[in-house]
Amino acid sequence: MNACVAKPQKKRIQAVLEHASGDKRFKILEVHMKKHQFRQDALIEVLHKAQELFGYLEDDLLLFVSIKLKLPPSRVYGVATFYHFFQLKPQGEHACVVCMGTACYVKGADKIIDAITLKHKVRPGETTPDNKLSLLTARCIGACGIAPAVVYDGTVTPRATPQSALEQINQWMTK
Amino acid sequence: MILNDLIQTKEKEQAGRKKIVLRCCMAAGCMSTDSKGVKEQLEKAVADAGLQNEVEVRGVGCMKLCCEGPLVADDSKNALYVKVNAENAPSIIAALKGGQATAPQTDPNAPFFAKQFAIVLANSGVVDPERIESYIAADGYQALHEALHEMTPKEVVDTMVKCGLRGRGGAGFPTGLKWGTVAKSPGAKKYVICNADEGDPGAFMDRSVLESDPHSVLEGMAIAAYAVGADQGYIYVRAEYPLAIARLQIAIKQAKQLGLLGSGIFESPFNFNVDLRIGAGAFVCGEETALMSSVEGKRGVPRPRPPFPAESGLFGCPTLLNNVETFANVPTIYRKGADWFAAIGTEKSKGTKVFALAGKIKNTGLLEVPMGTPLRQIVEEMGGGAPDGGTIKAVQTGGPSGGCIPSQHLDTPVDYESLGKLGSIMGSGGMIVMDETTNMVEIARFFMEFCMDESCGKCVPCRAGTVQMHHLLDQIANRQATHRDLAKLEELCDLVRNTSLCGLGQTAPNPTLSTLRFFRNEYEALLQSDPYGPNGAARKPITTA
Repeated sequence: MNACVAKPQKKRIQAVLEHASGDKRFKILEVHMKKHQFRQDALIEVLHKAQELFGYLEDDLLLFVSIKLKLPPSRVYGVATFYHFFQLKPQGEHACVVCMGTACYVKGADKIIDAITLKHKVRPGETTPDNKLSLLTARCIGACGIAPAVVYDGTVTPRATPQSALEQINQWMTK
Repeated sequence: MILNDLIQTKEKEQAGRKKIVLRCCMAAGCMSTDSKGVKEQLEKAVADAGLQNEVEVRGVGCMKLCCEGPLVADDSKNALYVKVNAENAPSIIAALKGGQATAPQTDPNAPFFAKQFAIVLANSGVVDPERIESYIAADGYQALHEALHEMTPKEVVDTMVKCGLRGRGGAGFPTGLKWGTVAKSPGAKKYVICNADEGDPGAFMDRSVLESDPHSVLEGMAIAAYAVGADQGYIYVRAEYPLAIARLQIAIKQAKQLGLLGSGIFESPFNFNVDLRIGAGAFVCGEETALMSSVEGKRGVPRPRPPFPAESGLFGCPTLLNNVETFANVPTIYRKGADWFAAIGTEKSKGTKVFALAGKIKNTGLLEVPMGTPLRQIVEEMGGGAPDGGTIKAVQTGGPSGGCIPSQHLDTPVDYESLGKLGSIMGSGGMIVMDETTNMVEIARFFMEFCMDESCGKCVPCRAGTVQMHHLLDQIANRQATHRDLAKLEELCDLVRNTSLCGLGQTAPNPTLSTLRFFRNEYEALLQSDPYGPNGAARKPITTA
């Protein structure tokens, strides 16, 4: 039983390492792990870096991290799926993050989401089929004083309305 | 660094000050309305007018009135400019020489500012958060020096007990007692953790403190570490706060360079290092045992207590865990004395509390008031009431773990006990104001959805209970429920509250229970008549085929 499980996994590991050897980003990630002395408690830090480099965490990447940190793949996968911040699927070209904190919610953030969903047929957490737009929600970005806040590709915009959000997204889509 | 160096740095910084200081808010709220561009324009205008030797444009932390940003303050004229943009920025410089500023102004003596009492936010909006010298000029790191050279660790703990500070994370556990327990726990290695995982939606006090005055948190942690005998600290900060992370990294680097962190601080045998740990978006990580598990690089799942973190915490070592605001209080307490601090606030809740005022209210932003201030003063006098002539219906405190306080209870003094009596909690300090257009059932559903999403799944009552409660609330909101469903919801609330493992589950029913308590009519108006009668007597018994 053990033998037949171990064999394909060995092949998989080899394939991952081969895949990694051809990509510079894996090197950068390894340097980052070295900075943390390959400590297992730095797993979340390493995954942050990996997502920064690759945009999302694909299976091979998680396996690579698990090999290098000498952690079971289940543990790495478990952590990657537990935290909302880690994305396991590729993201669209542009990201529109609507804050759904309480202050933004009472000021109508849900209406912004409804408007985008209706217009672009994309629900929170999804990406449009043409890979241009990912619609995401945030729990609270701490910008409650200027609610409702929307983050377009990392830029926080205050006092958003359904119209302003659709306009901004239109600019992306027509480009 | 020794005391002389510290005083020299302070004097040098103060002597180098220019005659006129323009303070420009560089916290995340104002940054999103381009305060960076405003600052550049101001600097350019100063250079154009040839006033470089007279005028300093200083980037500072949060100036509290977030809704009117970007804010620029001119202390020489006691003016506070609001909604400044790149176009009207140069006119502020012209106004220094007798011109007319085109940027709108607000009264810096308005109740919103005048009624505040700043301890935690004393440096916020005054010092430059990216320069340690600016903090030292405001008497920074003097308390650490005094603690290290003139007090024994036991005396440091005793002062903390005497001042009566209670944890600002929400539960209100006496800080001195916690410090004393960790100090007494045996163990060669101990840790200090700062909980900056401000997960409550609608709260941004910790973000502002970290962005505006990161050194006060570092100094507070160092004093705490000396008191309990720890040599390693972690700050667990949310990934959603990139600016706070960047400022903390700068602050840690600068403090290390000056020998105020690291080994042999102030040439004493005391060593203390601080590392950052970036969260990855999990509300449950605000719970202390889950947070420690996350610092260890694992899934952020809580575990049963005891053993308490004070005995066996991070990596199995005694660990002191406090909130950002708690640590930010510490330096001032040691500088001004425990008696001074204990005189502020109420008998059981000492000191001040920072609140993040947001929602349907005129003045949104940060405010710090002594404990025991009536809610009405905060919301109506300082906050300016509901905008556009609306009326305030309720104030939500404590986020998804708290409750809604209806307008008839606005005269309640804000302290741990009074809020608890109303079925809410102090929480970390988020205060969301709701007006009459807010549907309370939907608010309860909103918070339940939040708890359902954020439940870590370890214990059954929380994992399954939040889903069922959300389903029932959803049915009520969609007019598909009967009295029997409401009774079931109340029963479930009670069950989840009493049987969940950690704080998340235990407090998840609070928003529902408090809205049920004060706004029951809104629920009942949505209920449908029960086809099987009120007691369900007419319902046929289920028979097996």
